[in-house]
Amino acid sequence: MRIAILGFGSVGRGIARAILAKNLDITVTGLADSRSGIIDPAGIDLQTALDQKENGGPCGSPEVSPADVVAKADYDVLVEVTPTNVDDGEPALGHIRGALGRQKHVVTSNKGPIALAYPELRALAAANGVFLKYEATVCGAIPLIHAMQEGLAGNTISRLYGVFNGTCNYILTRMAEDSLTYEQALAEARELGYAEADPTYDVEGIDAGVKLVILANTILDMQTTLDDVERTGITLLTPEALQLAEDQDCTIRLIGEIVPEAGVLRVSPRIVAKAHPLVVEGTLNAVTVETDLAGDLTFIGKGAGSTETASAVIGDLLYIRDRHVQGS
Amino acid sequence: MKLEMKDRPGQLVAALQPISAVGGNIVAVIHQRETPAVTETLDVQIVLKLPEGRLSRLLELLREQGVNVVRIDEERLLYECTLIMIGHLMHTDLSDTVDRIDTTGSAEVTELSLVMPAIASPSSARITIRSTTRTEMKKAIRILRGVAEQKSLLIIEPLEGA
Repeated sequence: MRIAILGFGSVGRGIARAILAKNLDITVTGLADSRSGIIDPAGIDLQTALDQKENGGPCGSPEVSPADVVAKADYDVLVEVTPTNVDDGEPALGHIRGALGRQKHVVTSNKGPIALAYPELRALAAANGVFLKYEATVCGAIPLIHAMQEGLAGNTISRLYGVFNGTCNYILTRMAEDSLTYEQALAEARELGYAEADPTYDVEGIDAGVKLVILANTILDMQTTLDDVERTGITLLTPEALQLAEDQDCTIRLIGEIVPEAGVLRVSPRIVAKAHPLVVEGTLNAVTVETDLAGDLTFIGKGAGSTETASAVIGDLLYIRDRHVQGS
Repeated sequence: MKLEMKDRPGQLVAALQPISAVGGNIVAVIHQRETPAVTETLDVQIVLKLPEGRLSRLLELLREQGVNVVRIDEERLLYECTLIMIGHLMHTDLSDTVDRIDTTGSAEVTELSLVMPAIASPSSARITIRSTTRTEMKKAIRILRGVAEQKSLLIIEPLEGA
């Protein structure tokens, strides 16, 4: 199977390393970062590209743009793993449209295009007879979308809730453990690389909100946007509040919740009993799905990370390869 | 409730039967043998749960059985919910915040723990509300949300409802 990778940051490099380390029968014929690109029908030397990138250079030639890779490279699947833009989904949205229009499958980890334009993209994929897969957009390594679409097919989901943001979970874990203030815990998360320089996207619940929108729109037959999510972040939490919860064998977690029948999408700090399966430590994610046939299921795993997110992308790639790839 | 009945075989069963007849649930029966037997009656305390609005029918049935009801202690507020509030709780009139729940008549604040770490920095409080019904609890939480918005307080609700 031949793939083209757009984006050579943490996720893109994780995919490249996994392809080099394992015999996955995947050839990379196109590769682009924000500054450069390579097209090579015979297969790109991924180790060289990784070395160049890790030495601070571009992965390829500045004359080749991401759009060139989408339009001209010879691939079966476009792997779109550039950073998320929740405002208009660009430039990823245009690249995904371009690949689907060329009758190429698309696998993405990019939340923007899926949250903003899923119905259109799904219709475009269907019209061109190709797959659009996006497991990596929600909860990193946890195969939540696959589980809900395949394993739980036939179930009615009455409620879905959980910890969707590892950064917030780390901050709250640390505040509870050592009575840190929010600011102290955030500083520690930054030092460890768990929080961005501008943490707004995580700590205000936007990231968790976008994930709820993706699940609501792609699996629960809802039509929602980020504006429909009732959203409260964790920036105002105090160590005293965590202690007050602790006094009752509870703690506080940032919980994303969907109640399809009531049309509720909500991200807010909630009091949770410490014995509850959703109370996970550190940067882990955890999601409980309430269903009619299967009962309640809780999924726990790593929500971010280079290799972990690559795992979700590779799962999608192999799903497509096993069902539908021409010319490989 | 505390009942008084004739000290004869079969009387206790006769007194308990109407409870299940009205859909009630017996939690405990305390039989006090040591009461002075001058009146040839027996004192029994029964703790029970009744669906709303069934109490008067139960009293009627007990009277028909010749059972005298001495005392009824009603625990009205069955639903409990604990929340945490963060913000300038004192400066935004905490007693008014509590009053807004209490004046509903069907829900009330039964416990409040307040931590004020330093002057001018936000305080945190754990607040327990009890109510007569689940619907009243939802109403009380809605009121609290409204107050929180108005007073710029952060309300942290439990993951599971009341």
